[in-house]
Amino acid sequence: MSVRRLDPVQPKNFEFTRQNLSWAKGQLKKYPDDKQASAIIPLLWKAQEQHDGWLPEPAIRRIADMLDMPYIRALEVATFYTMFNLSPVGEFFVQLCGTTPCMLCGSGDLIDVCKRVIGSENTVTEDGKLSWKEVECLGACVNAPMAQINMDYFEDLTPEKFEQILADLRAGKTVKPGPQNGRHASEPLGGLTSLTDPALYNGKGRSSKAAAKPKRASAAAKAKAAIAASTGKQAAPKLMKAPRKGGADRLTMISGVGPKIEGILHTLGIFHFDQVASWKRAEVAWVDDQLKFKGRIDRENWIKQAKALAKGGEAEYIKVFGKKPR
Amino acid sequence: MLADKDRIFTNLYGLHDPGLKAAMMRGTWDGTKKLIDMGPDSIVDQIKESGLRGRGGAGFPTGLKWSFMPKESDGRPNYLVVNADESEPGTCKDRDVMRHDPHILIEGCLIASFAMRAHACYIYIRGEFIREREALQRAIDEAYDAKLIGKNNKHGWDFDLYLHHGAGAYICGEETALLESLEGKKGMPRLKPPFPANVGLYGAPTTVNNVESIAVTPTILRRGAGWFAGLGRPNNVGTKLFCISGHVNQRCNVEEEMGITLRELLEKHAGGVRGGWDNLMAVIPGGSSVPCLPGDVCGDLHMDFDSLREMRSGLGTAAVIVMDKSTDIVRAVARLARFYKHESCGQCTPCREGTGWMWRVLTRMAEGRAEKREIDMLLEVTTQVEGHTICALGDAAAWPVQGLIRHFRHEIEARIDAYAANPDHDGAVTMQAAE
Repeated sequence: MSVRRLDPVQPKNFEFTRQNLSWAKGQLKKYPDDKQASAIIPLLWKAQEQHDGWLPEPAIRRIADMLDMPYIRALEVATFYTMFNLSPVGEFFVQLCGTTPCMLCGSGDLIDVCKRVIGSENTVTEDGKLSWKEVECLGACVNAPMAQINMDYFEDLTPEKFEQILADLRAGKTVKPGPQNGRHASEPLGGLTSLTDPALYNGKGRSSKAAAKPKRASAAAKAKAAIAASTGKQAAPKLMKAPRKGGADRLTMISGVGPKIEGILHTLGIFHFDQVASWKRAEVAWVDDQLKFKGRIDRENWIKQAKALAKGGEAEYIKVFGKKPR
Repeated sequence: MLADKDRIFTNLYGLHDPGLKAAMMRGTWDGTKKLIDMGPDSIVDQIKESGLRGRGGAGFPTGLKWSFMPKESDGRPNYLVVNADESEPGTCKDRDVMRHDPHILIEGCLIASFAMRAHACYIYIRGEFIREREALQRAIDEAYDAKLIGKNNKHGWDFDLYLHHGAGAYICGEETALLESLEGKKGMPRLKPPFPANVGLYGAPTTVNNVESIAVTPTILRRGAGWFAGLGRPNNVGTKLFCISGHVNQRCNVEEEMGITLRELLEKHAGGVRGGWDNLMAVIPGGSSVPCLPGDVCGDLHMDFDSLREMRSGLGTAAVIVMDKSTDIVRAVARLARFYKHESCGQCTPCREGTGWMWRVLTRMAEGRAEKREIDMLLEVTTQVEGHTICALGDAAAWPVQGLIRHFRHEIEARIDAYAANPDHDGAVTMQAAE
């Protein structure tokens, strides 16, 4: 539990704007008759949004009146839930996650940044721009360390990037929310390890009754091929001592090949898309074995990808797969 | 390893469009009418047969839970409430479902509500997930517009879906606290019985399910209970979203087969432990509430409910928190204790007082500023909190501490020794009389 008290300095009164009032009335429709008290959290939240990010006492009374609740019940809710700020906050309110998964990934350094740039916890900077607070797990643990600033999550932070974001916000520049290390969301940074089968996305994979049969057949064929690959027949493909003039192709463009696998391929002597594209079954099995990823080449369809890339680069890839290579 | 065609959450990473049209291309809302035509009882039977166990942490069989709902109404409506108050440290799977694949959840809500004869469903999403809330609301609006849900929809079952949000209380992930919160009160858990299936939301029969449990049901029905039951290990079947955080090379979420070994999971998807497998110190295999396991028992650890229970830990939400040998594990668990102290609702004395007490003692132990007999005292206090509270938060606060003492007692002792051996520490009492 945390002790939470109303701010000693309170405004005289609080009224919803007309727009917010009609929004609030719409919210009440979500709940059965006589159960309008259910809407208290959304309404308090709206009041906080309207009132510069903190919840004043008159707003709690006003909402209790609207919902026909005793004041004490509304006050209980406002003090129980920690997202209601009972004292003023900065224009940009930084909630820094400090729970163990973020702590393991260096949230302590981010706390130091906050202390240095903003000051002590729960105090607003003189220009009114920033304030910060250490909060408990915000549910973005695979993108640790992270912070929520107003409505947005800023993930995969480093102290330098975090400090830059704070400086940009203070200067009124726009900043990009989400992961700050180049990844899109929660996928592994080094390249996808799953969800690479294009059949999932072209509408043939799972929907419509007609597709069901051929799919099963092709799955069986794949399984057969996989067995063939795992039971022996292997042959080394044509390997090269060094890439041709003009340098190696960027093999990581093949979905499923990350920098690590690219490195292994290079040490094996595989540098170009046309090399990959020319592999036969036994050769796939050989490479598969070298990479110690059973069946990955088939599963991720490297050969078809490499054929497209060898033929016409990115443009051809888009034509075949309907999306850009990575 | 799970093949892509057997994955349910095909847009987990949001690399594709979350909108309705694209979701339909991926197979969502495909033949939903036919599933509805199966009738509520046979849907519940199918879910029972599939062996699906709740994905929110406790692992209770979902089909069985659904069958507790009354079949004949006594005048009160039935409700489905989806628990999207994802706040367990380490867990961030439902977030990705809601922002990237919301339609898979909405379809699940319709089918589950129909199976439990509910005409209304509330999704309770945690307050911090503001962008996720917007994404999910957009998808709900799309589904209404396309007449997939709502009054007189295409599927012939009047169904309203409402999105409600919390405001930052971990305890609202407990089902009865969630219902209290949804009714506009403080999120303090209720005594059970009566169970929600008898007296739940607004006093009416209610079932509370996790996002993932609901979202997997349409695919299970479409592909057959046998398909789902065929994946994984006996009694621990199907696929599961794993969240891999902490000291791995590539932190990520991934859907994998239940019962995959920890090592395979980490090495295939997360790029392995930072500094190599031998650098592994400990793992918390199922979110902060389960006891940690030392690295040396993790070699062929199967990630499922029963295997982990045998190891005196648990699968929980399948949030794997990895700690390498650079970790100060006492401090890491002390930080968890602070989390529980912060999140205790204050209703039951053992938890309200015990969580703070455990945090203070652990903080001292992290510095070594403690006595060895206090380790046993701490262990005893955890057993006095465990099982003596209305909800499981007391247990959840006690287990990580028990895990720490069970496996890393030597760490605490070494720290106490090191502190005692150095008379220059801050706060050390010098023998003034002797000088």
